[in-house]
Amino acid sequence: MKKNIIYLLVFFIFAFIFFIFLNGLNESKKYIPKQVKKRFVVEFSSKDLLSNKKIFSKDYISNDKFTVINIWSSWCVPCRSEHKYLMSINQLYNVNLIGINYKDKEDNAKKFLKEFGNPFNIIFIDKNGILSIELGAYGVPETLIVNQKNEVIKKFIGPLNKRNLNEIKKIIN
Amino acid sequence: MLLSNLGYYSLVLGLILSIFLIFYSINEIKYKLFNLKISLLSILFLQFFTVLLSFFCLIFLFVYSDFSNQIVYNNSHSSDPLFYKITGTWGNHEGSLLLWLLVLTLFIFLFNLTSKGQPKRYKLLTIIFQQIIISGFFLFLLITSNPFNYLSPIPIEGLGLNPILQDPALAIHPPILYLGYVGSSIIFSSSLAALIEKNINRDWTVHIKKWILYSWIFLTAGIMLGSIWAYYELGWGGFWFWDPVENVSLMPWFCLTALFHTIIVLEKRLILKSWALVLAIATFTLSMNGTFLVRSGILNSVHTFANDPERGIFILIFLFILIFLSIIIFFVFQEDENSINKNIFWLSKETSILVNNWFMMYFLAVVLIGTIYPIFLEVINDHKISIGPPFFHKLIIPFLIPFLIFMAFGPKLKWINDDLKKNKIKNIFILLICLLISFLIIYIKGKSYLILTILFTASFYLFFVTLIDFLNKKYNLGQKIAHFAFSIFVLSILFNSIYSTEFSANMKIGDEIKFNNGIIKFEKIETFKEKNFNSLVGSFSITDKNNNIFSLEPEIRIYDQPKIVTSEADIKTTFFSDKFLVINLIKDDDYFNVRYQIKAFMIWIWISVSLLIVGGILSLRKK
Amino acid sequence: MKIRIIFLILISFFIFENLIAKTENELVNKISKNLRCIICQGQSVYDSNSEFALSIKLIIKKKINEGKSEKEIYSFFKDQYGEWILYDPELNEMTFVLWGLPIILFVFGGFLIFRKIFRN
Repeated sequence: MKKNIIYLLVFFIFAFIFFIFLNGLNESKKYIPKQVKKRFVVEFSSKDLLSNKKIFSKDYISNDKFTVINIWSSWCVPCRSEHKYLMSINQLYNVNLIGINYKDKEDNAKKFLKEFGNPFNIIFIDKNGILSIELGAYGVPETLIVNQKNEVIKKFIGPLNKRNLNEIKKIIN
Repeated sequence: MLLSNLGYYSLVLGLILSIFLIFYSINEIKYKLFNLKISLLSILFLQFFTVLLSFFCLIFLFVYSDFSNQIVYNNSHSSDPLFYKITGTWGNHEGSLLLWLLVLTLFIFLFNLTSKGQPKRYKLLTIIFQQIIISGFFLFLLITSNPFNYLSPIPIEGLGLNPILQDPALAIHPPILYLGYVGSSIIFSSSLAALIEKNINRDWTVHIKKWILYSWIFLTAGIMLGSIWAYYELGWGGFWFWDPVENVSLMPWFCLTALFHTIIVLEKRLILKSWALVLAIATFTLSMNGTFLVRSGILNSVHTFANDPERGIFILIFLFILIFLSIIIFFVFQEDENSINKNIFWLSKETSILVNNWFMMYFLAVVLIGTIYPIFLEVINDHKISIGPPFFHKLIIPFLIPFLIFMAFGPKLKWINDDLKKNKIKNIFILLICLLISFLIIYIKGKSYLILTILFTASFYLFFVTLIDFLNKKYNLGQKIAHFAFSIFVLSILFNSIYSTEFSANMKIGDEIKFNNGIIKFEKIETFKEKNFNSLVGSFSITDKNNNIFSLEPEIRIYDQPKIVTSEADIKTTFFSDKFLVINLIKDDDYFNVRYQIKAFMIWIWISVSLLIVGGILSLRKK
Repeated sequence: MKIRIIFLILISFFIFENLIAKTENELVNKISKNLRCIICQGQSVYDSNSEFALSIKLIIKKKINEGKSEKEIYSFFKDQYGEWILYDPELNEMTFVLWGLPIILFVFGGFLIFRKIFRN
């Protein structure tokens, strides 16, 4: 009798493991971070790419407008494809578009803007990637939407596409 | 085309033979419906031959760079050196499975060749179980991972073998490891057969012990080769990362180690039968489980093979069929041991081996749980966590201390019963000396870890006790060497972890950096064009604190096919330390990321594992 | 009495252990070994040379200079990127089983052996 119970137990343990593995196979292996906590943008400061003056984030994240923070770089190829969407975000009123220039050479970054246009209200230089990490970024490109309360309400990892643009428009209006 | 067809149909024939063998054996055992006078051995050889033929076909396809074959196209390039064209055959999922199958069929053939004296029914039953496994692999290969798929139109050039696999250690690592894994399948089948036949006696243990030792030797060697490869190729100077793929090979190792200790008890006293069987089943199950975890892509790891859920489901179902099959067989045929005269005295060799098993199972549990827990948590709770080296270290290192002590005096205990009094003073004396040495080592180093000191003491204790044992002819030499080797292994890891130093910086040509009372100078960088890659070779001259000057030439290889950059470390090995230098490209063009490490007593880790293997080989010899 | 003295020595050992100062570089290495490079495949931040990992290492250095403790640095990264980044899983309701089960199995194994030997 005792023996039977043990075997039954072993049997069920393995059956359990089997179903976990089976389900595990169907889980996507891509890691999509979940927003667990309310996240606020910490204050940061850096140099402005164009004027080379010291600038502070609190002067540009205002409490009457949404702020879109975009992390980009001239060496990043996908950044080129999302550039036109950034240009149209810039057209929206009620939005402040802040650029974070990620690990770039200043000359290249300026050349990039000259070629494709500058959608940003202001560009913070992030020479060694520290700013971006403190914003919780994974790499370039990445886009954060910050509301009037300085809270990150949406994050796009990778280049923006048309659908993302509409989503952003919806949030902002 | 012709070779692909030949290879494919040869496999189909192998599968048919496998099914035939199952029915033939069942008929022979039970029904005797027809009376076929055939030689089992020749059929088993024929089956091995079909797989061998198919394997050679694949090798030829690789050697001749026949890109009409899908896996040749995916894993080879006409400019690859011949050696890597050949090893590319098993450097991919399909090819490595074919290799696995080859070893499976070879082993069952060898098993039959070498077990002439065993009862016929037992042999037939072993063949049935082994053929069930073999046919499972045949089906797996033919249905989900056919190595002989055509491509049309035929590509002109292949994609090339992944450069990090273009390495001699890694070329022989899979075959050696498979010999270990597959050896465990023989143990599995034979144990089930012996269980059904109630054939677990001294004869059987002597006969199966060989297979256990062979598997153990190959598994150990395979793991070591993989680790050596990771050390110099992955470029950050570690040799064990607790990566899931590594853990997966370690789990059957723990089980197998426990098993061959248990089998010694079984041989001497015919106790612990059921436990030995559980271990035999678990070893193979864990090997299969490893295949599942690695091949299905269910885990995040450095080395993931192509992720294909269909393959994952196939192995998963196959694995659990085998598990449930063994549970049922166990349930039906297992008998309680009659415990007359089978008692174990608390102070005896039996107990010490049980203690060995206890720790092995604990280590196994830590590694197993640490490896698969994230899967459970994600499925049940949708919560993702990482389990890395700190977890394993915290749960394993403290338990090593009693383990090492037991390992030192366990083998000296007599069978059946022993008493403590003899050598009491001597042992306490040795222990005190060890404590003193350890304390000095830690103290001089300026570190103060209680656990570390005790761990040092325990490993020194094992070291001295086993060393003294060499003077004593009474005990088995293989065992002595193995235990001695293990003490060196732990000691070298400990020394390695406290005496290693490193530094990392971005340097450009001409830079000099002071490090560890020495100077590292980046002299120059040269470019070479090799057959299938471009190489950048840096020259560094290093002056160490004793004013010895030597140079190291790390390399960066830029492969074209596929486009991958690898770093080849340059390592200067001495008995005391490895000087390990590796450079990497960074985004800033003039600079290179330079990482220089002095890894203390590195070579001793490899020496000790090799010695461990020697111990295993010597145990084979002993009757 | 003797036991008490030994006990005290042991405790002081443990306390001392935490007081050993590490150089900044050693600390950066130690912390970065315990962080997963989440954009890489199965590598730690320490092992990786990706842009992401290089930046993380800089941040660790910066935080150390700001006087942050090791714990604070881990919790900073945990807040930024979730528990997935930590190689050393915290003990919480999600990981009780993870940390506890091996120990329970160890105790259970010990019990089985004990029973086997001292059955009569």
